Amino acid sequence: MTITQQVIQQLINGISLGSVYALIALGYTMVYGIIRLINFAHGEVFMIGAFVGYFAITVLGLPFIAAIIIAMVFCAILGMIVERLAYKPLRKAHRVAALMTAVGVSMFFQNAAIALKWIGASPKGFPRVIEVQRYHIMENVSITSDRLLTMGVALLLMFLLQFIVHKTLMGKAMRAVSLDKDTAQLMGINVDKTISFTFALGSALAAAAGVLFALNYGVVVYQMGLLPGLKAFVSAVLGGIGIIPGAMLGGMLIGIVEVSVSAAGYSMVRDAVAFTILILVLLVRPAGLFGKNVREKV
Amino acid sequence: MLKIENLHVYYGAIHAIKGVSLEVNEGEIVTLIGANGAGKTSILRTISGLERAKEGTVEYMSQNIGALPATEIVKMGISHVPEGRRVFTNLTVTENLELGAYLSKNKKANAASMKLVFEHFPRLHERRNQVSGTLSGGEQQMLAMGRALMSKPKLMMLDEPSMGLAPILVRQIFSIIEEIHKEGTTILLIEQNAHMALSIADKGYVLETGKIVIQGPAKELLESEDVRNAYLGGAAADAKC
Ligand SMILES: Nc1ncnc2c1ncn2[C@@H]1O[C@H](COP(=O)(O)OP(=O)(O)O)[C@@H](O)[C@H]1O
Ligand SMILES: [Mg+2]
Repeated sequence: MTITQQVIQQLINGISLGSVYALIALGYTMVYGIIRLINFAHGEVFMIGAFVGYFAITVLGLPFIAAIIIAMVFCAILGMIVERLAYKPLRKAHRVAALMTAVGVSMFFQNAAIALKWIGASPKGFPRVIEVQRYHIMENVSITSDRLLTMGVALLLMFLLQFIVHKTLMGKAMRAVSLDKDTAQLMGINVDKTISFTFALGSALAAAAGVLFALNYGVVVYQMGLLPGLKAFVSAVLGGIGIIPGAMLGGMLIGIVEVSVSAAGYSMVRDAVAFTILILVLLVRPAGLFGKNVREKV
Repeated sequence: MLKIENLHVYYGAIHAIKGVSLEVNEGEIVTLIGANGAGKTSILRTISGLERAKEGTVEYMSQNIGALPATEIVKMGISHVPEGRRVFTNLTVTENLELGAYLSKNKKANAASMKLVFEHFPRLHERRNQVSGTLSGGEQQMLAMGRALMSKPKLMMLDEPSMGLAPILVRQIFSIIEEIHKEGTTILLIEQNAHMALSIADKGYVLETGKIVIQGPAKELLESEDVRNAYLGGAAADAKC
């Protein structure tokens, strides 16, 4: 296997994993963009999405794509409820209060998952819904069908998101609200509804990511949101928090780096890599790759 | 059309508006002038529903609107061009205008409004696909006004539209305000540029630290010694305009 083949192979694997991180990162970044909150419960939405997908397949016997759609709808509604109950009352409070609340919501969901008898603390095998085939792209470079499906679904969703944000009136309202809530209201935009919609979008993407992740790793468990959630958060910061294309690129980059580190034989430290990147970004370029470097007042 | 009575607005302990009453009749241009910090912006924001009065009433078309959310007030035909333009700098010119018509689902009517806006502001048409953050100050003012026109307001309120603009642009903006007025929109105009504002207005109010201190027909205010001394700065202001 030549170096070039190695590199191409790791790029493919990295983009596949990274597209999942990107989907989660989009939720972090959109929510931050609109209410300046790091929603630390977002990883749990990802976990819940994976479980909804799991039950849709194992209990309801639905096909994979239908399971993703159900998980997305479920989590979209869940996201709106969490926003309404936990974050909306704190919108005018200090940001640290909202941040601590997000951490609390995250712990609540993890513990609720353990307490629920159909979820519990022990991992469950995610069914092999598609036959895993290996497609050879070139000599020594291949991609498996589950990875291909992951990338395909993720890219489609990102494309859809871009369409919503840039072409629909709601998307334009989202961008207006994230810039200037008062002036948005002067246009007749309902700020509460727009924030709610943003949570729905971000949560739906996290749910899809959860189901895709479960498909790739073959397992669902109550803590599964933790590491991917944190890595996606790093992705969002790396791309520039609040910036949608930044989250997409950041996710891909984190995925590629993680896969490359593993391939180079350092899989023991692959989780640490994301956090090293976080620290480096915060030290060197806190606004991220796509952000303007302005200091933010807290 | 718009009637404000005994309005009091607070920011925490700061008593910003202290019992203001004013009236705008349909078809008029009314101007509210006063120095920086007098409370002009606070009054407009209260009319729009962005601030709440602690006391007093805001009546529009014989209906008390003091407790309505901002989105309802826009729906009733009041549009507000905010101080400092506040265009959505991350959106294009066209997108800004589309948001101006956010509440109207009638695509045809919106397209017609946009066409009208482009007639008033050919410059915006040239820049329609440009991100509005890259526009000059004058162009952003035009966009803020165009955006406000998109909702086909009955009453248009402008907060210091001349702020920071070169004299030639100020004249242009004022003549467009007159055009909009001729097309049937009632105008409430806030200005520090008292001379310009009074010269196009029917009626004027002078605000000082949260209170109306002088009011009357614009012509009379232009000639009044008090107003000339305090707000027109005598000959200096005449030269500036
Ligand atoms: N958000 C706010 N918080 C506290 N004080 C404010 C706020 N907005 C305005 N003020 C105060 O209210 C007074 C009136 O301000 P404003 O309405 O902006 O006046 P003007 O538009 O005439 O310059 C000023 O003393 C100002 O400092
Ligand atoms: Mg002001």
